[in-house]
Amino acid sequence: MLTELRAKDVVTAILAFAVLSLVILNFAVNSTPRLTPVVAPGVLWVSFTFAGVLGLTRAFAIEKDRGNLEGLLVTPTSREALYVGKMLGSLAFMLVAEAVLLPVFAVLFNVSPFQPSLLLIVLLATLGFVSVGALFSAIAVNTRSREIMLPMLFLPIALPIVIGAVVASGYALEGRPWSDIAGWVQLMVVFDLLALVFCALAFEHVIQE
Amino acid sequence: MTSTNSPMRNVLLALSAASMVGVLYLVFLYAPTDKNLGISQRIFYFHVSMAWVGFFAFFWVLVGSVGYLWKRSQKMDRLAYASAEIGVVFTTLMLITGVLWAKPSWGIWWTWDPKLTTSLILWLIYVAYLMLRAYSPRGDQGARFGAILGIVGFFDIPIIYLSVVWWRTVHPNVVGTGAEGGLEPEMRTALMACTVAFTLLFAYLLTDRLSLRRSEEEFESMRSVASLV
Repeated sequence: MLTELRAKDVVTAILAFAVLSLVILNFAVNSTPRLTPVVAPGVLWVSFTFAGVLGLTRAFAIEKDRGNLEGLLVTPTSREALYVGKMLGSLAFMLVAEAVLLPVFAVLFNVSPFQPSLLLIVLLATLGFVSVGALFSAIAVNTRSREIMLPMLFLPIALPIVIGAVVASGYALEGRPWSDIAGWVQLMVVFDLLALVFCALAFEHVIQE
Repeated sequence: MTSTNSPMRNVLLALSAASMVGVLYLVFLYAPTDKNLGISQRIFYFHVSMAWVGFFAFFWVLVGSVGYLWKRSQKMDRLAYASAEIGVVFTTLMLITGVLWAKPSWGIWWTWDPKLTTSLILWLIYVAYLMLRAYSPRGDQGARFGAILGIVGFFDIPIIYLSVVWWRTVHPNVVGTGAEGGLEPEMRTALMACTVAFTLLFAYLLTDRLSLRRSEEEFESMRSVASLV
């Protein structure tokens, strides 16, 4: 994680790319003020997803390339702790990216995303996204053409989270009451819990030698 | 090694070939033509049977995956890998027949209906499974990776379906439900027979693929021994 922070150029590059994707998507959907409430949540989550995938691709890359993972495996750290550490690292990265992207999004699409409900949705969705992503990142890093394998593997799996996030943040941006959003929040909480427990258990099978 | 189970394979081959011929009769001559949908409705029997075989195959991927992580036996991994291959073939055919049938009956090729969307995602997950197996290192590591995806993918499907159902409710449903529901008795018979025939075909393909995979593995191990010598 610290090494990652030192490699600032990569973090900035990913952020710049995510901002660029916001701009490109704006042209792709040709957003007008009338259409903005319809397309804005989708655009937001596509750029979050891009940033997240790029970040997760790197989650195990440095360890793999330098052979540090074997070193970690001989230390008396439990596999679950390794998974949680990696997951939290990716979570922190993605939250930082989102913290930068949200204001840009607010300005470009003229919406006010800083509401408690929307921030909760972003947090829950990001947690679910990285808990699945960290597991598959550990898998993808061991395959050929790993940059393509990671999104192929985990985006279909994380689909419920993406759907939930898009619909719920759409509701939040429209200012709908909490009762409309609550069902989606519940779905995300359930998904997060299942993903965390299962992925932490499965992680052991991924990294053993 | 392959010769030991070839009688079983031959029996399955004969059974599935014979039942396929019977099914052709049932589907095209015995079952009545649908009043509303006309002749195009006959693709329904194949479509549903292929969908069934696809899901059935993915169930065996789950069985093989759990079995592999538990017992670490090659046999279980072969079962998962072979079923995934056959499952992808049948889900592909299911999607194609579905699209072909949707055009004359609904007037559009595709609609983001929960069943269609979930099937497409299901297909993507198992295509990713095959990609993962192809791009992973051979042997234990690749098998473990596949097993994890096989398990996660299977249990994720109900959650995906649920979320897509919820998602659809916020949009107007452009297409009513299809012709399912009240089936004529003859149609029901044809459908059951077709499903049985396709399941037999699946069993044949699976035994065939398993023995082929076994030969591949024997060949690999012989080659690695030969390279050591």
